[in-house]
Amino acid sequence: MLDTLKSRIFQGKQYIKDIRNASIKEEFRGFPVIKEGECDSSICPTGALKTNPLSIDMGKCTFCGVCERACENIKLSNGFKLSSTDRNKLIITSESDYETYTKSAIEIKESIVKTFGHSLKLRQVSAAGCNGCEMELNACSNVNFDMGRFGIDFVASPRHADGIVITGPLSENMTFALENCYNAVPNPKIVILCGACAISGGIFQNSETLNREFLEKYPVDLYIPGCPVHPLTFINGILSYIH
Amino acid sequence: MLKIKNNTKININEIPILQIKDFREEIISLNFRPIGFFGKSSENDSVRLFAVLADDKAGDIYISSTKFSADEKSYECLTKEIPAFHIFEREFYEQFGVEPLNHPWLKPVRINQDKYEFFEMTGEEVHQVAVGPIHAGVIEPGHFRFMCNGETVYHLEIMLGYQHRGIEELMLISPSNQLAESICGDSVIAYNTAYSQIMEILQDVTISDRAQLIRKAALEMERMAIHIGDLGAIAGDIAYLMGASVFGATRTLVINTMLEFCGSRFGRGLICTGGVNYDFTEEKLNQALKTFEKVIKDVERMVNTMLKSSTVMSRLEKTGTISMERAKEAGLVGMAARAAGVELDSRFDFPDKWMSELKIEKKKFKATGDVNARFKLRYKEILQSYSMIKKIFAKLQECKNQDLFTSASNNLSQNSLAISIVEGWRGEVVHIAMTDGNGNLSRYKIKDPSFNNWYGLALAVRNNGVSDFPLCNKSFNLSYSGNDL
Repeated sequence: MLDTLKSRIFQGKQYIKDIRNASIKEEFRGFPVIKEGECDSSICPTGALKTNPLSIDMGKCTFCGVCERACENIKLSNGFKLSSTDRNKLIITSESDYETYTKSAIEIKESIVKTFGHSLKLRQVSAAGCNGCEMELNACSNVNFDMGRFGIDFVASPRHADGIVITGPLSENMTFALENCYNAVPNPKIVILCGACAISGGIFQNSETLNREFLEKYPVDLYIPGCPVHPLTFINGILSYIH
Repeated sequence: MLKIKNNTKININEIPILQIKDFREEIISLNFRPIGFFGKSSENDSVRLFAVLADDKAGDIYISSTKFSADEKSYECLTKEIPAFHIFEREFYEQFGVEPLNHPWLKPVRINQDKYEFFEMTGEEVHQVAVGPIHAGVIEPGHFRFMCNGETVYHLEIMLGYQHRGIEELMLISPSNQLAESICGDSVIAYNTAYSQIMEILQDVTISDRAQLIRKAALEMERMAIHIGDLGAIAGDIAYLMGASVFGATRTLVINTMLEFCGSRFGRGLICTGGVNYDFTEEKLNQALKTFEKVIKDVERMVNTMLKSSTVMSRLEKTGTISMERAKEAGLVGMAARAAGVELDSRFDFPDKWMSELKIEKKKFKATGDVNARFKLRYKEILQSYSMIKKIFAKLQECKNQDLFTSASNNLSQNSLAISIVEGWRGEVVHIAMTDGNGNLSRYKIKDPSFNNWYGLALAVRNNGVSDFPLCNKSFNLSYSGNDL
């Protein structure tokens, strides 16, 4: 008992007080800062990098840093608020800047704020995720990030959920289970795509064993880029969306 | 059979092609552990079957092959003689349609989950519990079916393949470090090291000592981080929330240190073919050592508090036990095998030059094969990784001015087979690559330790309460994506 108390006292407070204004170390590779110019787009392993004009699609980008090392016009900054409600806004060019992006990328809907603003329960579905995003989503609920304080939680049953969070490139073998799970969530419900794989197929986009028809059938509400998605990216994305 | 070493290549034409009868006999008489058993399409619709065996005591790898012409569609299975082949033969059958006759259980590995009829027990008191593919928590998908008598599990059947993304095929079309990192996202360093080593062997590149040491340090950091996280997960599953919180927070310190080194909490982007992309500077090394010292103190304190608590011990001890004989027979590898007393650790069995240079030695462990053993072994391995990291960091200071990256031509040697085994935190990650006459990759075979160990989990839960399953599962913490590829 005494030992347990000692451990508790020794740990002190672990939570990040102000999640919205938290910062990540400079080494983190996040929001791309682009200067118009040349760059060999064939170096990008996922085809996120395009030229004329020079752009990076954060929905495809794995933030591997190959382009920033090869080309002086690209720098991956430590900006981590990457989420957007609009797929097209994820494409970053020399005209984009982080501050404007964070203010405009998420379209706030009154109905969403009213329904989910105080409590949002999510069912996560890993559709061939590599366990990277899954580990980071688990970390969202640990003592550091403590997402539960905002009323956001992952729940076991889709019946208890207000929406689903999809990770992974959507394998053929998960098609049935994913749709089943989505249909089990009561209305109104939201769909969140988490990570490059879910948003675009990412590094697996050319695989023949994927089936991404689900995304054509059902509307997507929020895109959260990353590879894997950092807990701060995830929590801030959701907070901006429901508040 | 041809004898080779880890991290080497050979000309494919040197690999003997035996008659299937001799091939079988040789494998059975050698009786070494299978680490690769896979087919490759050959001319005129024939299939060449390769067997790669590990002699762990001598640190040797044996390789041989046989050929099935288009109309030869079966052979006498090896599983009956050496049970560890069971999963390999199932995979070979699924990929190439050559049936291992008299295989005890030829169920699918990665496809056709919906067509498979599960094993069923009948009787008034027997009932089934079906779980998945989507589980209660935020984890990867897989289907578990328990045959229970009341609370007791008679038998667990595991069906995987939901994560199948066609990695082995993608590796041929667009091989990259980024793809290697995404095969199994909790073992980024292990997978990317194995892939990079394969490519370096095929390109005849030797990377600098500094780059080698950075990779090695990162691998131990990965082991430390995941093991600490798993201690927390085990604590969480027995509702010891203090443990879950403390281990969760200490794991954060380790992975955040990784982020400071290379920009990613799991070490993505750190390793590339030819070396590493980011340097471990002196300032960062010193900072990391300070952090790790605190981490180890926290972990030690919490583990000792937990192990002194009788309520904790009553959940860990004698739960999910697997005996050494069973572990050996089923072909378990890595941490799960070591916890059952099977001393397999490719860091020591197939050592690189650093193991002797840094005087890193195998530690004895009192294996009991239960959750308790897997808990304690994780703790011991955390301590061992910490001591390895200190030695590696010290060595890094000695080779300061070396290049991080060694460039090479992108041309791969022709008609070659290269093999690389890396001990990830779960166990051996085996990558085998073959090239054709033009120097293009023609086959890329990956074996995750989970491929061997899933069956071990099924054996471990027999005669345990079904409510102890999550605990048993966490104590193994196997990979779905690494298995499903």
